[in-house]
Amino acid sequence: MIGQSLADLWQGFGVALEWHNLMWSFFGVLVGNLIGVLPGMGPLSAISILLPLTYTMHPVAAILMLAGIFYGSQYGGAIGAILLNLPCHPPHAVTCLDGYPMTRAGKGGTALGITMIASFFAASVGIVVMIFASPLLVSIAFKFGPAELFSIMLLGLIAGGTMSSGSPLKGVSMTVIGLLAGVVGTDVNTGVMRFTFGFAELADGVQLVALALGLFGVTEFLRNVNRMHAVGSGVKLSLRDMRPSFRELKQSFWPIVRGTSVGTLFGAMPGTGPTITTFIAYALEKKIARKPERFGQGALEGVASPEASSHSKTQVDFIPTMSLGIPGDPVMALILGALLIQGIQPGPQLITEHADIFWGLIASFWVGNVLLVLLNVPLIQIWVKVLQVPYRFLYPAALFFIAVGVYSTNNSLFEVAEVLVFGLIGAVFVALKFPVAPILLGYVLGPMVEENFRRALLLSHGDLAVFVQQPISACFMAACALLILLQAFFAARATMRKRRGTPSPQQAAAMDEPRENGREPPLAHAEHR
Amino acid sequence: MNGQGTAGAGREGVMSGNGRGDKLEYRRDYYGGALMCLIGAGAVVQGLHYSFGSLTHMGPGFFPTCLGAILILLGLGIAGTAKRPPMRKTRHEGVPLERTGPEWRGWFCIVASIVAFVVLGNWGGLLPASFAITFISAFGDRDNSWKSALALAAVITLISALVFWWALQLQFPLFAWGRS
Repeated sequence: MIGQSLADLWQGFGVALEWHNLMWSFFGVLVGNLIGVLPGMGPLSAISILLPLTYTMHPVAAILMLAGIFYGSQYGGAIGAILLNLPCHPPHAVTCLDGYPMTRAGKGGTALGITMIASFFAASVGIVVMIFASPLLVSIAFKFGPAELFSIMLLGLIAGGTMSSGSPLKGVSMTVIGLLAGVVGTDVNTGVMRFTFGFAELADGVQLVALALGLFGVTEFLRNVNRMHAVGSGVKLSLRDMRPSFRELKQSFWPIVRGTSVGTLFGAMPGTGPTITTFIAYALEKKIARKPERFGQGALEGVASPEASSHSKTQVDFIPTMSLGIPGDPVMALILGALLIQGIQPGPQLITEHADIFWGLIASFWVGNVLLVLLNVPLIQIWVKVLQVPYRFLYPAALFFIAVGVYSTNNSLFEVAEVLVFGLIGAVFVALKFPVAPILLGYVLGPMVEENFRRALLLSHGDLAVFVQQPISACFMAACALLILLQAFFAARATMRKRRGTPSPQQAAAMDEPRENGREPPLAHAEHR
Repeated sequence: MNGQGTAGAGREGVMSGNGRGDKLEYRRDYYGGALMCLIGAGAVVQGLHYSFGSLTHMGPGFFPTCLGAILILLGLGIAGTAKRPPMRKTRHEGVPLERTGPEWRGWFCIVASIVAFVVLGNWGGLLPASFAITFISAFGDRDNSWKSALALAAVITLISALVFWWALQLQFPLFAWGRS
């Protein structure tokens, strides 16, 4: 099987290196990097803004570009975190802790260089894991029936909702809202129009792009307007600054390896988002360090390990998304939605029927990461300039791109209005401290969950016990129950501690979050895991 | 769907910066829980309009009704577990917190700009719509003078004509006065 994988991978490189695919991958990485660097824009907004562009493209090129945007913007986010203490994307909140002090100590270039090396190493490891684990998972996945699929999706939904920071109840309720948003439209089994509120335009359901841009675009602008001002860091970076010394390389080698393994481990679990992964990688480094007090003052390990973990997690996350069709986090849900729009159903059949997409994607990951390194070395000065684009110019322009982008998907102004509605709904939720990212997860999985639930119960003649009688399904159900019990346990323990007056470790960690400028980390509420 | 009734609550919540924010924080969970209950109840009521079916043969109303019921329970849970946040909140040094009051001007301009895009897109065409969305939303930021807003809107309008209409062949007439 491994030989077969390698042969397929060779073909995949052939696909990824075809010049038009390579061009789109390059374009995706470049634009993703650019948008990721812009203050207040994370991978979710970057992918949603560029999603309409991919509709007319060949599916392979489209998915290569989207993946490029994803890790481009992820890397771009690290630049803002390290140089400006602005975590544009929640996982980078940890990078700020040590990255920004390094910048102030004049070692920002080194931090960026190490970040680059860590990301590249971690992504490469993640890709190797993906090459060997995906076919394995697929061979199991072929045995999955509707009951198993429902259980594993339930696990993903519960994990995605509860593993976010803040109240797990709020996360889960947002997931349910997302599921309800997925119900809108024509019921596939009976043809009944559900929740259309009399709009004929809603018969096809809520549009993914409109939902995503409303929740991650308009909501963000409503929240940040007049509260965010770009401030130049005055950092001058040259190529030479980015090259770490041999001693620094040696110092960061093991943290990178540890971060990568943390990321790989957590990537394999559905629903655990990148933010929690980076926090754990950072905590681990701090725990085993000989001088933990160096952390927060510009410790190189505190940059290397979390960045490595988030990148390897990103790669490993693609495994369940592509081989089971079950996204691990909202970004994956968005990419899955894009594939569905292209008429490709990710799942075990994807690897056999669309081998070019799957292996091309894997190969392009690696190609894209090489492009990322090559791009960032000469362009770093430009990114530093881009970081200083004032927000007052940024958001009107972004609003325009959102409006035109959404219009272009179906040439419909109704969908532009949908964006506004979701933006307002999202703003209300954010103001009430609800995480909005799980909505997307619920929305994408909703129709699949309903379909499999119905089918499983049709096959079992209405016997609910089917979910715990079949062994694989029972395992996932047990995992769901365990997760809920653990959450209840932690919640109870936190309450007990508070009564005694000592803050629990989680709260203490939350207080360490970087807010030195008195500025809330943008996007921090859209906690996306 | 539920917007207006709760929007006030949401905006009140935004105000909680420091000081008396703690109390608002406390109430925020009640509002959130109530909102979830409201949406859940709406889903149940609307879901029961469709046929419910049985476990073996589920009707179109089954799934949404169940989701609504779950949401009501979650809403009750959120309101029930609302707790006071830790008292020591502002431990950060440096620049004091920026204004965190309600940002009526920004909110109004952003909403109005999208509405203007939809309306002008329908009755005016691409150019007026692009100009309107940038120009109106730019006014939401206090640092923008009408000159800078005008310059930004002009640049964006040019981009929209060149990139979207000419290069990408977007199906959107540049001017369409009076088209319904």
